[in-house]
Amino acid sequence: MVTKIEKDEISGTPTTGHEWDGIRELNTPLPRWWLYTFYGTVIWGLAYTIAYPAWPLLNSATPGILGWSSRGALEEQVTAARAAQQANLDKIAAMSVDDILKDPQLLAFAQAGGAAAFKVNCVQCHGSGAAGGVGYPNLNDDDWLWGGTPDALYTTLRNGIRYTANADTRDSQMPSFGADAILTPEQIDDVANYAFSLSGGKADAAKVEAGKSVFAENCASCHGEDGKGGRDFGAPNLTDGIWLYGGSLDQVKAQIVKPRMGVMPAWSHRLDDATIKELAVYVHSLGGGEAAGATTQ
Amino acid sequence: MGLESRVQQASPSGGGAMLMMSLWGVLALLAITMGAKAEDTPFAIHMFIFAAAAILALVFKARSFGQPAPDASGYNDDIVRWGALITLFWGVVGLLVGVVIALQLAYPAWNPDLEWFNFGRLRPLHTSAVIFAFGGNALLTTSFYVVQRTNRTRLALGNLAWFVFWGYQLFIVLAATGYLLGVTEGREYAEPEWYIDIWITVVWVAYFLVFFGTLLQRKEPHIYVANWFYLAFIVTIAMLHIVNNLSIPVSVFGSKSYALFSGVQDALTQWWYGHNAVGFFLTAGFLGMMYFFIPKRANRPVYSYRLSIVHFWSLIFLYIWAGPHHLHYTALPDWAQTLGMVFSIMLWMPSWGGMINGLMTLSGAWDKLRTDPVLRMMVISVAFYGMSTFEGPMMSIKSVNSLSHYTDWTIGHVHSGALGWVGMISMGALYHLIPRLWGRKEVYSLRLVSWHVWLATLGIVIYASAMWVSGIMQGLMWREYDANGFLAYSFVETVEAMHPYYVIRAMGGALFLVGALIMVYNIYRTIRGAQPVSQPVGMVSAPA
Repeated sequence: MVTKIEKDEISGTPTTGHEWDGIRELNTPLPRWWLYTFYGTVIWGLAYTIAYPAWPLLNSATPGILGWSSRGALEEQVTAARAAQQANLDKIAAMSVDDILKDPQLLAFAQAGGAAAFKVNCVQCHGSGAAGGVGYPNLNDDDWLWGGTPDALYTTLRNGIRYTANADTRDSQMPSFGADAILTPEQIDDVANYAFSLSGGKADAAKVEAGKSVFAENCASCHGEDGKGGRDFGAPNLTDGIWLYGGSLDQVKAQIVKPRMGVMPAWSHRLDDATIKELAVYVHSLGGGEAAGATTQ
Repeated sequence: MGLESRVQQASPSGGGAMLMMSLWGVLALLAITMGAKAEDTPFAIHMFIFAAAAILALVFKARSFGQPAPDASGYNDDIVRWGALITLFWGVVGLLVGVVIALQLAYPAWNPDLEWFNFGRLRPLHTSAVIFAFGGNALLTTSFYVVQRTNRTRLALGNLAWFVFWGYQLFIVLAATGYLLGVTEGREYAEPEWYIDIWITVVWVAYFLVFFGTLLQRKEPHIYVANWFYLAFIVTIAMLHIVNNLSIPVSVFGSKSYALFSGVQDALTQWWYGHNAVGFFLTAGFLGMMYFFIPKRANRPVYSYRLSIVHFWSLIFLYIWAGPHHLHYTALPDWAQTLGMVFSIMLWMPSWGGMINGLMTLSGAWDKLRTDPVLRMMVISVAFYGMSTFEGPMMSIKSVNSLSHYTDWTIGHVHSGALGWVGMISMGALYHLIPRLWGRKEVYSLRLVSWHVWLATLGIVIYASAMWVSGIMQGLMWREYDANGFLAYSFVETVEAMHPYYVIRAMGGALFLVGALIMVYNIYRTIRGAQPVSQPVGMVSAPA
């Protein structure tokens, strides 16, 4: 097809004179604003590459005249953030959890820090409201397995529970009374009824009576004569109606046959001491914290 | 027609047909052998699918053996007809899966206990279905239509175009079933494993040969701008695909392979590919579509030839460097991050050159927007193109990116481009094409097209704004500190806060899907009872 330059009637602009399947093209010049904005971005781009690390060389790259680097910028921010908190963190590191609780200004700081650390490290098991779940203790109530005083919480957080990598971890083990055939199925049935009745659960009266002696011989050494638990072993209180692994008679029985026992990490392996203290303060202030030196049951 | 003349007509291709049949037979046997020796079930399934496809090809070839050669005097529009319908089919599939995974995010219970249908496997199914099955077929279809019309010649290399078409569908089936079976390389937008990669490479080279061969035998002195963009898309995608998928199979009889690159080099390779999949698949290819269908539909000359040259070359030169902006604030060296950002900023005007040329082509024909919803759809799509090509450079700026990265903002950005630009320009092109391919003056109902346009637009606006709010909120929550310098929110609190926007997003996506279903009905009514028509080479196709 021959080139046939025409003038477009509507715009008055000439065409390029080509046609493809009826489509023609106008020979409109580049819009000025478009061209200058394009030049602007190119000039800005060049300037930016002079200011910041940009042009690759043989073994490195031009560093940029501003001396900026992403690692340097991060370090500055982290240093500034640390510096803003340092005074409080130093004080916390030097104080006992109990003393922190008595200092209103530090208490507020530690609670905020504990809440933040809790959201990152603890909610996975204990829930975002710290209410726990089956197998994971509720931290809002005053039913503590290993103690609710500031020091007890701090120790639990530091060393964990049944966390084998930590030599000082809180440790205890309940025998598998059924799985290891320590008790007969009848005995387990009886003692489960008895334990269940301690919290006011509906149990078979005859079995409760029979279970009493089984309990005294096998369970009382850890859970206490009265079944109110023992914090030296993390043995739960059986009289308060709070059941970590489910509150039906069958679930109590299953726990006697082959008990499940929770594990909590020793946070001293992962968090610094100040953060652990903040966590202790936070958990202590959730509602069930006990005063320092409170007698354990 | 006498037997003798029939044989005479068929004989020139007789030897070639025998060769093709034996090739398919050998491929089928090879696939069956590999399937029998397979080390994992998905690989066996894939080899048997491949064998079935090869046998089908063989049977098809055998049935045409000795038959008179089909009329090859006009344009090859049969392939365009198949392509138009299959594009629509994959579009609905891809959108439907998108709505399902949006609901899975909003309501985790929608993730069934069957591993094939959880979010992790459906997500690549969705992205690949919309990009490669819908978008890829739209490009294949329109490029075959446009390259014939604008060069006044039939598709080159005979039946090779049909191999491209069916080979591409086989690739889609292998990729999609692979995702559901858990076969993945874990490379974004390039999840298919090594053997599927090899197959699509063969198909893609054939696509290049058909397209380039057609350009070579053109009857026009100059090559129209739409073809530049289609060619840039075909060539660059081949390069990106091959480099990004360099990997070593664990066994030739198993599906698993490991990438040749590792660490930050691998990450950069992946985003060099990923970003240019956006640049050359979803931008350059669809600009080719726009450059044909908008002037055709508006029946006006393209606004500026000079702009098309400058923005074409600047676009393809700058785009290829922009990938590192996906890796801001990572292990990628600072200098590479800087260059990724700077090239993205410079890309702003080259991208907008396409928008200007698309929109300004309507000068003198703006009144048609009132009466022609198909043109309206294409113009809205160009507007979304302009919006997302402004948003993209903005999000590549490091300080903006530090807020937007890893948030839903990115998802919103992608979808305003994918649903708005890619989706609507393709659907607009199909609305224009299909009636002409079936000898109708116009689609069954322009009123329904209008409904489609507004439902789709509303859907995108709802989708994108929900993701803006959710993404910016998410980014702000992540970086929120309290007065004492402690993080204010946990991750799960941000997820909880985003829930309402996830529900809104699913509704936006559903509106877009409803629009597409209306289109399916409209197209069905358009071609029901109509006869496919073939256009003689050189005849100018009708504008709106």
